[in-house]
Amino acid sequence: MKKSYQSLDDNYLYNMKHVINRTISSKLLSFGFMLFLTFSISLNAQDGDPVNGKNLFNANCAACHKLDKDMTGPMLRNVEMRLANEEGLDREWLNAWIRNSSALIKSGDAYANKVYNAWNKTAMTAFPQLSDQDISDILAYTAQPKPPAPEPVAGVVAQPAEQGIGQELILGALAVLFGLLAMALILVKRTLNRFAEAKGLDVSEVKRKPIWKAFVENQFLMLVTAIFFLLASGYFAYGYFMQVGIDQGYEPVQPIHYSHRIHAGVNEIDCKYCHSSARVSKHSGIPSLNVCMNCHKSIGEVSETTLAEGKEYGVDYNAEIQKLYDAVGWDGRAYTGETKPVKWIRIHNLPDFAYFNHSQHVSVAGVECQTCHGPVEEMEVLYQHAPLTMGWCINCHRETEVNVKDNEYYAKIHEELSKKYGVEKLTAAQMGGLECGKCHY
Amino acid sequence: MKTALKYISVLVLLVGFVSCQKNSRPNYQYMPNMYQPVGYEAYQESDAFSNGVEAQLPAEGTIPRGDFLPFDYENTTEGYDLAKAELKSPLDSTQVDLENGKEMYEIYCAICHGKKGAGMGTLAKKELIIPGSYAAKDITTGSIYHTIYYGKNSMGSYANQLNENERWQVVAYVEKLKADLTK
Ligand code: HEC
Ligand code: HEC
Ligand code: HEC
Ligand code: HEC
Ligand code: HEC
Ligand code: HEC
Ligand code: HEC
Repeated sequence: MKKSYQSLDDNYLYNMKHVINRTISSKLLSFGFMLFLTFSISLNAQDGDPVNGKNLFNANCAACHKLDKDMTGPMLRNVEMRLANEEGLDREWLNAWIRNSSALIKSGDAYANKVYNAWNKTAMTAFPQLSDQDISDILAYTAQPKPPAPEPVAGVVAQPAEQGIGQELILGALAVLFGLLAMALILVKRTLNRFAEAKGLDVSEVKRKPIWKAFVENQFLMLVTAIFFLLASGYFAYGYFMQVGIDQGYEPVQPIHYSHRIHAGVNEIDCKYCHSSARVSKHSGIPSLNVCMNCHKSIGEVSETTLAEGKEYGVDYNAEIQKLYDAVGWDGRAYTGETKPVKWIRIHNLPDFAYFNHSQHVSVAGVECQTCHGPVEEMEVLYQHAPLTMGWCINCHRETEVNVKDNEYYAKIHEELSKKYGVEKLTAAQMGGLECGKCHY
Repeated sequence: MKTALKYISVLVLLVGFVSCQKNSRPNYQYMPNMYQPVGYEAYQESDAFSNGVEAQLPAEGTIPRGDFLPFDYENTTEGYDLAKAELKSPLDSTQVDLENGKEMYEIYCAICHGKKGAGMGTLAKKELIIPGSYAAKDITTGSIYHTIYYGKNSMGSYANQLNENERWQVVAYVEKLKADLTK
């Protein structure tokens, strides 16, 4: 046994010695092959730096391309693989395309012309300044796998609902508990009474004059309370009638759940971006939908975190953006031409006999929107913050000083009026902001 | 029993009053005859026109009164190239008001392009819309105006939010930003 084993060993060694020359040469060959392979792989994508690629992509390409969605240009996730597999195009072609696509199109390249026509002959910017390394960085970034959608969102969504139910449950349990306690007390009293009866004790109280009877018989007290009640009801009736016609807090449900909190608050969009006529006219106006599409051509879906916030308010933000798309007739890449007007419900509305002008207050006086409309940038659903009564207007005119800086148009009258009233700073009231005809005509 | 009924009816009345105050409906109005206008309000619905709204577009080919320069460049790549090559600002150096241009720019453009024009506006930082820096763009007076007027690719038109003079002010301000960036 042992012998054969040894011989086998010997044999093996012997063989090795013999073949050693051949193995060296083949090793060299395969090393060379491997070197070649690594090199060619590095040419393909591997050594591109996806981090730098992301910066370059955002600086140069993101205006027109997204990774996972067609925009001005096609989506670019895994383009290199896609083009290689489907069209047999190599890095050479990509370099040429990215550096100067129009030259490639003019040269009659078949695929270049095909995409160009498929994208309505939109010209892609030429990037002659990008080096080979830059381009492989960008392609490395586009070759990264798509990040999985974060899972925990479902948990976040479920939580508030659970909390709501939990609170209700606790309240319900408390109510039942109190009910039981009350019942128990009544039962205890009954049984005690029965015991007393059984023992022959007299539990009925001594007949005293009930307190309310004493009260009714005291005429002075009656008079005072009557007056008190009259005054109180007068007060409440007055309050009730005074708020007739005042819509403070009015908060209608709009056809599209459009949130000022998200737009003006979280994303800090200037009020006048949308309400652009506030600068120049009586009305602030509601933006026409093309203004919305300036951004929403690119923003078709909200981020995961925003979506989760929406669940707390009980709205699906993505569905709301879809409503906007239906109204303007946008199918994700082009306008279909089928539009439906959005019937926004008007909130602030002065009666016809009063005149209010935004440009006078916003541009001339320089009053912030929030002074009159409240913390709009925190409102998920817009409501009327101010009462919009005459008293409200007049009060502010009495208190607010006129913005005289850089106002040459009014310079002379400002000076004369200041002299007349003997004050340094004029209020709007002293300018004539209390004259009936300024607001009623 | 009777007193209980009384109490209940008062309670129902009170609850009724309170529950009528619903914020999703407008309040009652007392004699609203002079509240509701006889004439049309802005954006009101109206049967007078076939599309059912009071606000109408001006008829095709109408021109506003006052200083008005027609803009004849088309909304095509050729129009863009032509404007880029030859369109110049009608404002001379005394009419350019960079203060005003800055104000308008910060309302309408900074949200994407950033206050300095380096492409780092609020939306760009969140990678929602990424316009890129002006410094890297091959832009001229004419091409900027064309871009504001018609938009370009994923940027929309700002012609309805800015009037002609304001557009040129913004163009001057963008050129200043680009000059500052490439300095
Ligand atoms: C001005 C907008 C614009 C910019 C900026 C832009 N592209 Fe493009 N790109 C396009 C359009 C549009 C197409 C479709 C073909 C056409 O119409 O020319 C395209 C096509 C492509 C294609 C071919 C995709 C396919 O599926 O065939 C690649 C690859 C590409 N772009 C890469 C890039 C890279 C990389 C950058 C940044 C360095 C970039 N693009 C910047 C507009 C742009
Ligand atoms: C992205 C566009 C946009 C921005 C930015 C914006 N709004 Fe609005 N605003 C709208 C739309 C659309 C409506 C109509 C829907 C509604 O009432 O919620 C509206 C309605 C309003 C109304 C109620 C109008 C009425 O019917 O009485 C007020 C007041 C208002 N906005 C104030 C502001 C203020 C103040 C800001 C800045 C903090 C602001 N908005 C920023 C789009 C915008
Ligand atoms: C300046 C850019 C901009 C403009 C203009 C704009 N939006 Fe948005 N919109 C956004 C951003 C940013 C988000 C939030 C995206 C996120 O958080 O992921 C958003 C989210 C939304 C949403 C979902 C959240 C919500 O508010 O319910 C709706 C619906 C919406 N927009 C409608 C509109 C409408 C209608 C208009 C026109 C009056 C408009 N947007 C104009 C940038 C804009
Ligand atoms: C001095 C107080 C005041 C200021 C400042 C003010 N508003 Fe108003 N706003 C009002 C009043 C009053 C109305 C009701 C006007 C009417 O019914 O004629 C109104 C109405 C509106 C409306 C409804 C549509 C319309 O134009 O009639 C919008 C939208 C609006 N304001 C937005 C804004 C924005 C945006 C700003 C800041 C740029 C602003 N407001 C600043 C008092 C103010
Ligand atoms: C936040 C304070 C404020 C509120 C609220 C306010 N105003 Fe004013 N208003 C001013 C100021 C300041 C001026 C002076 C502007 C100027 O420099 O000409 C002014 C000027 C005016 C003028 C022009 C007066 C003149 O002398 O020519 C009218 C008309 C006017 N307001 C109407 C109203 C009406 C109607 C309301 C209520 C719906 C209202 N204002 C609410 C601050 C306010
Ligand atoms: C700053 C602007 C302003 C001035 C100045 C002003 N008003 Fe008013 N007035 C209003 C507004 C706004 C209303 C509407 C209030 C409402 O709807 O509750 C109103 C309502 C009224 C009403 C109530 C009508 C009704 O049916 O409720 C009367 C009456 C009135 N004004 C008379 C006057 C007289 C008289 C003067 C001059 C001394 C005057 N107003 C000056 C803004 C003004
Ligand atoms: C909603 C975001 C957004 C806003 C707001 C915006 N832009 Fe742009 N802008 C873009 C994007 C995205 C591009 C890249 C378009 C492209 O090259 O395809 C761009 C490109 C440009 C260009 C270069 C066009 C070219 O010839 O390559 C100029 C100039 C420009 N914007 C000016 C402005 C001015 C001026 C404003 C304000 C009136 C403005 N932008 C507002 C998103 C925006």
